Amino acid sequence: MTSITAFLVIALVAVILIPFVGVKGKAAVVYLAVILNALISGNLAVQAFFGQPFEYMFSGSLSLGMIPVRLDVLSAWFILIINFIFITGGFYGLFYMKTYQSQLKNLSLHGIAFVMLYTSLISLCVIQNGMVFLIAWEIMALSAFVTIIFEHNKITTIKAGINYIIQSHVGIVFLMLGFMWAAFKTGSYDFQVISAYTSGLNGAAPVILFLTFFVAFAIKAGFVPFHTWLPYAHPEAPAHISGIMSGVLIKIGIYGILRMLLVIKPDFTIVGYIILVIAVISGLYGVMLAIVQHNLKKLLAYHSIENIGIIGIGIGIGCIGMGSNNMVVASLGFAGALLHTLNHALFKSLLFFTAGNVYQATHTLNIEHLGGLIKKMPQTAILFLIASIAISGIPPFNGFISEFILYSGMYYWLQGATLITMIASVFSVLGLVLIGGLALLCFTKAFSVVFLGQERHSFHHEIKEVPQLQIIPLYFIAFFIVVIGVFPKHFIELLVKPVSLLTGNIAVGRLFDNNLTDSMQHITWAVWGFMLLILIVFLIRKYFMQKRIVTSEATWGCAYVGPTERMQYTAGSFVRSYAKLLKPVIMSVKREKEIKGIFPKDGYYESFTYDKLEKWLIDKPIIAIKSFMGRFMFLQNGKLQFYILYGILFVVSIVCIPIIYETIIQLIGYFKHI
Amino acid sequence: MLSFLLILIAAFFFTGVIIRTKSIASGRKGPGILQPIKDVIRLFKKGAVYSTTTSFIFQIAPTIYFSSVVMAMMVVPFGQAKGIISFNGDFVFFAYVLALGKFFSIISAMDTGSSFEGMGASREALYSLFAEPAFFILMGSFALLTGHTSFHLMFMALHLGSYVSYAIALLATFVLVMILMVENSRMPIDDPKTHLELTMIHEVMILDNSGFDLGLILTTGYLKFALYGALIVNLFIGMVPYQYAIMLFFAIQFILAVSIGLIESFMARFRMSHNPQFIFTLTSVSLLIFFGVLLVLGKFV
Repeated sequence: MTSITAFLVIALVAVILIPFVGVKGKAAVVYLAVILNALISGNLAVQAFFGQPFEYMFSGSLSLGMIPVRLDVLSAWFILIINFIFITGGFYGLFYMKTYQSQLKNLSLHGIAFVMLYTSLISLCVIQNGMVFLIAWEIMALSAFVTIIFEHNKITTIKAGINYIIQSHVGIVFLMLGFMWAAFKTGSYDFQVISAYTSGLNGAAPVILFLTFFVAFAIKAGFVPFHTWLPYAHPEAPAHISGIMSGVLIKIGIYGILRMLLVIKPDFTIVGYIILVIAVISGLYGVMLAIVQHNLKKLLAYHSIENIGIIGIGIGIGCIGMGSNNMVVASLGFAGALLHTLNHALFKSLLFFTAGNVYQATHTLNIEHLGGLIKKMPQTAILFLIASIAISGIPPFNGFISEFILYSGMYYWLQGATLITMIASVFSVLGLVLIGGLALLCFTKAFSVVFLGQERHSFHHEIKEVPQLQIIPLYFIAFFIVVIGVFPKHFIELLVKPVSLLTGNIAVGRLFDNNLTDSMQHITWAVWGFMLLILIVFLIRKYFMQKRIVTSEATWGCAYVGPTERMQYTAGSFVRSYAKLLKPVIMSVKREKEIKGIFPKDGYYESFTYDKLEKWLIDKPIIAIKSFMGRFMFLQNGKLQFYILYGILFVVSIVCIPIIYETIIQLIGYFKHI
Repeated sequence: MLSFLLILIAAFFFTGVIIRTKSIASGRKGPGILQPIKDVIRLFKKGAVYSTTTSFIFQIAPTIYFSSVVMAMMVVPFGQAKGIISFNGDFVFFAYVLALGKFFSIISAMDTGSSFEGMGASREALYSLFAEPAFFILMGSFALLTGHTSFHLMFMALHLGSYVSYAIALLATFVLVMILMVENSRMPIDDPKTHLELTMIHEVMILDNSGFDLGLILTTGYLKFALYGALIVNLFIGMVPYQYAIMLFFAIQFILAVSIGLIESFMARFRMSHNPQFIFTLTSVSLLIFFGVLLVLGKFV
């Protein structure tokens, strides 16, 4: 009780205080509030991990009923992730926002929204009353909107923000539908009551109820085809917000899906296959489009879709395992999903923060204009490299561990009985392998074009590394990326409790642990051995090189002696053969004006890609709706008296419709009489 | 441990045999079998020239590339003898540790800022990406067939009993040989001896490497041949006693090297735009193997 009160009071005081203090004060208040609340919620979460789930009932009101606050290990897992990303991201943000010091009011709003976003995200993990959950969800959506549109004077930013808020509210509609349905049947919003109700049901009803929630959470998480807001919102938000959004905001969708699996317990096999198919498609589609992006943050945003897909593959496998009572597969699937949630939060926030560094130094995110930054920003480059290797799922970093768990799950699953399972599992293996390979293509492109080679564009300002303090939280994140990679065993032990909660049995939770213990032990040795080997080879190389003559020359241009930086391979050319291969999937738009005549004027060539699904699922329906609604434009004539008339007509018709309805019924009865 | 040593020994001769075969096929006398090793030793003794464009990435990349292949070698078993590292799912580790080496070789090529090397890097990334699914499906089929998920147990349990499993082993050999071609950038994917940088893949990526680094990269290439050769050998030796298995090992590696030499002598390189089709075929064949396994297990009614 005291913890919850303290948690809410701190947030409230911070929100009230922010507008009345100076720039430094604002920063201090925001960050202090986040730190204090992280300590409070983190403490409860750690207690939940040690076997003391927290539960408290607010008395609530007549319409809401009791408001239960329950903090179990699943909530605890997500709370700890949220806390970590907010602490590092907030610290990074303090420095990132220095450039905007003069915009006092804007900063106040941003700070308030930041605190609200944090508070609502933590609340969402523990509130178990549908109605209050919705309210917290709305606060989260709106505060995220405010943080995204920090640079609201830019037209693209405001557009992206509005796109986000509309899609977010489509999700809320589905959430409302789900909770209303449950409340209608049970008369309560409490999750436990819903759970008791659905466990008594058979057949399609729980599945449909679950799918209603799934759509809502999938929009937040960014599963294809509900992903279209994501590639717009991420690039436009300030870097620390992008990192937080990709790291934890979209993860709240994953949390919702897992929570609803626990609450509703639908037919796991059907649900599992649905999630798996959507997840594999999301993973592939996300990375396929990521490769052809030229905006660094947009590229990362598409990668979030890909990684949500990977997490979804884990959830799908987990569900199918549950459905077929193959508990090893179930526990491996859920373990992979949960660990990848943490891993993605780490490396994706690190990538966004380093992209923020690049933006701060160069004022552009167009990777075709960048290049050679490793010499000017070596620390940022190394951090980006670590995160790139991790996100491609390559040892010795954390991405490999979670993908390894997923592969283990799939290969266990493969040995199941039926033909359909085998084919499904071999295609999900295929999907995961392709995702991994494509991620490698994408991040070799991103890293090498941004940081390697020479500058592709001459900037009029000096490019230098961001302040040292700003980089400290990034090292902190990188530290965890490496630690999970080289000591995977300890983190897998942490997963036992959340997994046993999801699979409903502590013995099951141990199953995956037993299965992986041996492998993880070997992987730890192998990874250490690998690093030792690299060191030894490097030392031998150093020893040999000492005695030799080492000189520097220009890059070998195959005997051409006048190379310029403009002759370097660009991002576009690096992925050209790939883009040609995937022409049917990717929609690439070209705009060009050829240079003609004896006295040629300006010519240009521009190519970019557009999301094909967005065209068919968002743009075309909107055009159709617009043209239909356009027919009623005459109603909106700008005259007040007409609007009052409409109002009256509306009220009258509300009153009259039942009466008219009755009359018609009577008339029909009358005619029947005749 | 045994497999590690055997792969090392095979790597000494593998490339030499290929070159020798090619020279005999074209009616030349050709260099000795050990010439590639002598080349590497010569390179180790030389100084180096680094491009002014490059950063430390270019300096550490060959080391990591080399180490990744050595690491992958440790995972490969030899018949009844385990690899140095062996656990459930070790083939995932095998593929991903090789991917780390590839990651660094690609970014080191991009580090030079040369358009030729960028071209090679782009192609390398794309082709190896398409070769990877075939490997994983192949391993998935074996996992299904044998009920194990580590190299050692899978290869031990591979019984060449029925006709269908002969077919599977043959197809698997085909897939592994093709993966070897793609991974080592040989004909018909890539021509290591072409004179034009525009048509190279691997060779053009290492244009700027010299001295010790180039030596390391070349050594890595030799090791990679023997590495994949060892995988193919493992398809056939199973529970054969060591004295025969070791002979069989060298015999198969030798046949493999000779056939690569013959392919390179009598076949032209594919057009670049045809390469993806070739690699997609690879994935299809591996899917065929998967369905073949289903057939063996009687899952098809």
